[in-house]
Amino acid sequence: MKPPPFAYHRPASLDEALALLERYGSDGRILAGGQSLVPALNMRLAAPAALIDINRLPGLDAIRLAPEGLVIGALARHADVEIAPLVLRHARPIALAMPHVGHRAIRTRGTIGGSVALADPAAELPACLLALDARIRVAGPGSQREISAQRFFQGIYTTDLSPHEMVTAVVVPPGPADWTSRFVELARRHGDYALVGLAAHGHVENSIAREMRLAFCGVGPTPLRATRAEAKLRGRALGPSVRAEAVSALEADLDPPGDVHASSALRRHLARVLLAWVLASMA
Amino acid sequence: MDAGIPLSLTVNGVALSRLVEPRTSLVDFLRYELELTGTHVGCEHGVCGACTVRVDGAIARACLMLAVQADGARVDTIEGVAGTGEVFDLQQAFAEENALQCGFCTPGMLLTAQDLLSRTPDAGSDEIREALSGNYCRCTGYHAMVDAIRKTSESRRRGTGGGPHR
Repeated sequence: MKPPPFAYHRPASLDEALALLERYGSDGRILAGGQSLVPALNMRLAAPAALIDINRLPGLDAIRLAPEGLVIGALARHADVEIAPLVLRHARPIALAMPHVGHRAIRTRGTIGGSVALADPAAELPACLLALDARIRVAGPGSQREISAQRFFQGIYTTDLSPHEMVTAVVVPPGPADWTSRFVELARRHGDYALVGLAAHGHVENSIAREMRLAFCGVGPTPLRATRAEAKLRGRALGPSVRAEAVSALEADLDPPGDVHASSALRRHLARVLLAWVLASMA
Repeated sequence: MDAGIPLSLTVNGVALSRLVEPRTSLVDFLRYELELTGTHVGCEHGVCGACTVRVDGAIARACLMLAVQADGARVDTIEGVAGTGEVFDLQQAFAEENALQCGFCTPGMLLTAQDLLSRTPDAGSDEIREALSGNYCRCTGYHAMVDAIRKTSESRRRGTGGGPHR
C-alpha cells in the first residue's frame, strides 16, 4: 500500500512540463490533484518511472471568459469550480454536478483536467462537457489543439490524448443565457460514483423544448448523448406524453453494462427515472 | 531516482524543512518524520477519511498527497487545532454525546466537522450527514456525531461555544 519509487519533477512552465513528457513518454505521468492517480500508485496499479507535478504551472488554474467561450484551466479544483460565478453563469451543468463528485476533501484537491484526462465512464464532468458541446484543449511539444468532448472520450479510461500531450483546459462555447440546466444522479451513497447520472442542457421556452441535450454517465464505456430521446423532444411541448416518448426512446439510446454495482436492467431503469424527473422539472 | 527532495512547510504553525523521498505520502511524513500520530491511516486510497488534515485552510486527504506537494503549504493536523483550542467545544460535544468509541476516525471527523461549521455555521442534520459521508466510522452509527456537531453549531451561534483559548 505504498507506491514504488519514482522520479519527481516539478516543472515551472508548460514548455518544461511538455519536454519532460516527451522525455518519459508513457513512463511519465502528469500529477495534478492526484485524487485518482495517487490511489492507483498506493495500490501499485500504476508504477510510472516519473511523476510530472504540474501544480506550479502559472495560470493553469484560471477560469476566464474568452472570445471562444468559458475557459476552465486544467488545474482548477472541483471545489473552486463549484462556486465560480462564471461557471454558474456559462457552464451551469458543471457547477450543478460538482457537489456530486466525491467528498469535500477530494474536491479541494481534484482538478478538472485530471478528471477529463482520466476519462472514468462513471464520472460526472465528462457528461457535462458533452451536454455543453465543450472542447478539450491539449498541448503537445510545439503544438496545441482542441478536440470536441464527443471525440475526446473514446472508451473506459481511454481518450484521444497521445502520451506526449497534456490537457490544459476545457472550453465551453458561448451559448444563449436563457438555457436551462440540470444535473442529477443516483448513487448507493453520497459521494460514490454514480450508478447513472444525467446532465441536461436545453432551451425551453413556454414549455416548448427548442433545443435539448441529454448526456448520461455510468451507462457505457464513455459518457453518452441520448440522441433519440433528444430528437423526440426537439420543438415539442414538454407535456406528459412527449416526455414519456423521450423516456421510451432511451431503450434504443442506451445499452448499459451490468457489473457488481448494478445490473444492466437496473441501470436502464434508473436512466429512465432520471430523465423523467428532469423533464418534469423543466416542463 | 531522487533520494531526497527539499521540503519546507508550516505544520501547526511551526515552520520546518526536511528532505523527503518523493513517494512519501503527506500522512506518513506527518506520522513518521514529525511523530504527529493523531492523523490516522486507514485505507490509503482516499475512501475512509481517517487521514483528513487541512492544507492551506482546506481539508484534504493526507494519504492522497505526496509530502513534496505540501512544499510551501500551511498544514494543520488534529494536534494543531486541538492545541489552539479551535475545536475544544467540538471535542467536548463528541465526548458528551458519546460520538466516539474506538476513536480511530475521530481526528478526521473533528477536522471535517470544523471545516463544515466554518463554512456553514448553521448546518442542519442533512448537511452534517453529507459532510460526514466521506469519513467512515465503524463503531458509532454516526447519529451521535450528528448530534454533537449540531449541538456545537447551536452553542457557537449563541456565543456560548469556543474553547479556553478563544
